[in-house]
Amino acid sequence: MVLKYLIRENAYYDSVTLMIITREVKKIEGVKEVIVGVGTELNKELAGNLNLLTPELQKITPNDFFISLDSVDNNIAKKAFAFVDELLSKKKAESEDYQPSTFESALKYMPDANLVLISLPGKYAAREVKKALLNDKHVMLFSDNVSLEEEMDLKNLAKQSGLLMMGPDCGTAIINHISLAFANVVRKGPIGIVGASGTGMQEVTVMIDKLGSGISQAIGTGGRDLKAEVGGIMMIESIKALQHDPLTEVMVLISKPPDKEVAKKVLSILKEGEKPSVVYFAGGDPGVIKEYGSVPGLSLEDTARKAVAITKGMPTEDFTGFTVTNIDKIIQEEAKKLKKDQRYIRGLYTGGTLCDEAMIILSALIGDIYSNVPLKPEGKLSNINRSYKHSFIDLGDDEFTRGKPHPMIDPYVRQERILSEVKDREVAIILMDFVLGFGSNSDPAGEMIPYIQKARKIAAKDGRHIYIISSVCGTEADPQSLIGQEKKLKEEGVIVMPSNAQAVRLAAAIVLSRRNSQ
Amino acid sequence: MVQERIEAANKKVMEIILNGQPTLLDIGVAEEVIPGMTKITILHAGPPIKWEKMSGPLKGAVIGALIYEGLAVDEKEAAELAASGEISYNPCHHHKTVGPMAGVVSASMPVWILQNKKYSNYSYCTLNEGLGKVLRYGAYSDEVIKRLKWMENLLAPLLKQALKLHGPIDLKTMITQALQMGDEGHNRNRAGTSLLIRELAPYIIQTKFSEKEKIEVLKFIDSNDHFFLNLTMPAAKCTMDAVKNIEFSTIVTVMARNGTEFGIRVSGLGERWFTGPAGIVEGLLFPGYSAEDANPDIGDSVIAETVGIGGFAMAAAPAIVQFVGGTAKDAVNFTLKMYEITAAENNIYKIPALDFRGTPTGIDIRKVVETGILPSINTGIAHKDPGVGQIGAGLVKPPMNCFEDALQAFVEDLETKNLV
Amino acid sequence: MTKINELFQEKLKVINMGLESFNENLKKQNVKTVQVDWKPPARGNKKMLSLLDKLK
Repeated sequence: MVLKYLIRENAYYDSVTLMIITREVKKIEGVKEVIVGVGTELNKELAGNLNLLTPELQKITPNDFFISLDSVDNNIAKKAFAFVDELLSKKKAESEDYQPSTFESALKYMPDANLVLISLPGKYAAREVKKALLNDKHVMLFSDNVSLEEEMDLKNLAKQSGLLMMGPDCGTAIINHISLAFANVVRKGPIGIVGASGTGMQEVTVMIDKLGSGISQAIGTGGRDLKAEVGGIMMIESIKALQHDPLTEVMVLISKPPDKEVAKKVLSILKEGEKPSVVYFAGGDPGVIKEYGSVPGLSLEDTARKAVAITKGMPTEDFTGFTVTNIDKIIQEEAKKLKKDQRYIRGLYTGGTLCDEAMIILSALIGDIYSNVPLKPEGKLSNINRSYKHSFIDLGDDEFTRGKPHPMIDPYVRQERILSEVKDREVAIILMDFVLGFGSNSDPAGEMIPYIQKARKIAAKDGRHIYIISSVCGTEADPQSLIGQEKKLKEEGVIVMPSNAQAVRLAAAIVLSRRNSQ
Repeated sequence: MVQERIEAANKKVMEIILNGQPTLLDIGVAEEVIPGMTKITILHAGPPIKWEKMSGPLKGAVIGALIYEGLAVDEKEAAELAASGEISYNPCHHHKTVGPMAGVVSASMPVWILQNKKYSNYSYCTLNEGLGKVLRYGAYSDEVIKRLKWMENLLAPLLKQALKLHGPIDLKTMITQALQMGDEGHNRNRAGTSLLIRELAPYIIQTKFSEKEKIEVLKFIDSNDHFFLNLTMPAAKCTMDAVKNIEFSTIVTVMARNGTEFGIRVSGLGERWFTGPAGIVEGLLFPGYSAEDANPDIGDSVIAETVGIGGFAMAAAPAIVQFVGGTAKDAVNFTLKMYEITAAENNIYKIPALDFRGTPTGIDIRKVVETGILPSINTGIAHKDPGVGQIGAGLVKPPMNCFEDALQAFVEDLETKNLV
Repeated sequence: MTKINELFQEKLKVINMGLESFNENLKKQNVKTVQVDWKPPARGNKKMLSLLDKLK
């Protein structure tokens, strides 16, 4: 063992800093004992206890700095001394900003806050929402597991106070061009959106952006707003606000089919405002929409197209086709590659409304669709982990996300599922959505590619070709970059369609084409 | 309305705390000035505790005190006497006194005499012996006893004279200045010690002692960064004693540990102690020591945090936070967190790093329980064996049950009065 | 002007209670935010919650 020491006269360092450095140096392999300090009596005593006190060190003063160490050889000692100097000159990175512990103290910290975004466990969320509303702040409530009664209470309070209460279960909003929770980065423009469904709003805003237009606001109401009990409170308040918003020229509403009375109420408010509007009540009756003077959207893409058309003063034509050239050729060629018993489509979705839209389009074209969230009760899969015939799985539904992150963030569940789907010899096509934007995984396409490759290998073993069709719900301005994601998928042989609706129609067309040719 | 009663009581308590004027008056002998002190009384830090339950440092300090008092000649005799039932052990707090670490005070020890000028109540504390192997860490060697005697025979009388020549010292102002010079009044006292020695030096010189003796005294104070701690503590004590019994108040008046248990007292609950297990301090250990060597949290010095300094003023003393691997920003955040559980911002103890915002003062047990945030305490770490001394320093928190038990007692109290 | 329309004219200033990733994403968009270090009141202890309620 080698004892080495170093003295620096008139060098002051804080005692705590030196204690930390001592601790770090001790961790170096080959260092048996070490003390780094200034020449106080205490430190000399400690050094003595460790047999590190030399006669020279005995003489130093508290104004002098010293290192004394016992190591296996000179090289380690040299290394240790160099390390000490490194640590002495290092500056630590900035620590985090202060995080107040309660809503009340957060208010003291930012009294001019205008929006409170709450994603706490449902059990506690309502209490905090109430505090926010009573303090005159708008709220976005991402949490679910908030009771219907709580929702009604809070929304009535919000209405009385003239405040926004987006939610519960509101996953998407774009307010003043800021993406909140799970939302895309979308161009500014004249279309104002109010939606009761997250990925529905994402797809519509993204399509509007793809068509070269933009949005003023995208307000979420939460999935239950249009139920009879809630009565569409937030949708109505939001519509009124957009009607008074000088930057909004066209209004778009997105929801699952609402309660009939609520639908009428909402549509008549919309009518009063006199701004043109497009309404998507997924799979609902377009008649009542037309009755109140709005334009019904037949799909999320169609809704976006019509809204953009209105902004350009163009006619709002129904769109149920494809924007891809040579689509017929693609359909026929793909259909040929399938084996005789390959006949089913499996949809593995991360976005609930996109999954819904897919099922609505498909059931009209190819018949019964099974699902964990079926359109009809008869369509419920007995085992959600085992697909049957044409099956569409909403992997973001509660049954899949209990205790696990949402599939838009963590691809694990879908990665495993695609491998099991592909083992079914009757599977022809796998449909997948890739949702970009803030909140989503940083590389949804990249995460799936290795599993797509694995899946193809599995199928190839018995000579099967698997079709993977997808759409990417995103914009170029999104953190993940639309073009980059689409490119990755295309390079992997995935058929990338411009919208969910078109991806679904393509799948249906391939399946139908085969039926016809058999 | 219950809430209004509580708020009114707390407001009154905060007013009294913030108007406190802790003033250093004099030095006296424990037995002569501390109420209730006798030849066989040993005062100690923290809530009440029996000899059998005492941890190493406290036992060591008791033994040292008994030898110092001449009640025993060696360790063996002292231990027997300590366990015999003949010695009366009392918390310092029951006698207007506070003591750092083991906090042992015996009859012959010299003590600082302070008075809260605004409300006339007194407080006492021994003089700080220095660092390393000292009585308050449970050391009782000849060297320790010798030093205690020197303090009794030279340090105290000389400083007493100097103080008389100088006149009373306004400690509130001195602490305020120290807080703006990098101290926090508990674990960091270098600035305070410097201010004190600067204040007293001209008068030390003028006392009728030999030059050699004056040099000894000056060197003694100079060599001990924590000399001022034994003044910040009784300053806090006489400030808090003025509010020790205000009905309906939920403000904490005492926090203290005896090395085995942590105890608190609440203004609206008078002299009742609410105790829980003393925690293990997390921080940096001196070279050669490891976590197994540490004694649980000990000392009355947490009276500093009780009055809004110490860990609560960490933003004023960023060096401390390095004990737990933090940065200057973390030190600020520690203080900011304490505003969540306190009733007011101090009117005089201000922190430059927070734009001269007053320190978080007056811990409210309701807020502690509701937010789950426990007071942050900066403290030294004692070796668990008697006689070894300080082995490090760091951060510690009280056990939550003290506050929960106090809250329960508070509500029960109101229930018996039919107020809830 | 209603409060909602006022909101549309203001810069968003957000108090975020819950997922830190939401706060991070807002910061990336240069929004002034405060992240609340939220814990269940009284650490979820029902007895303590009822005691606290009695004092309110």
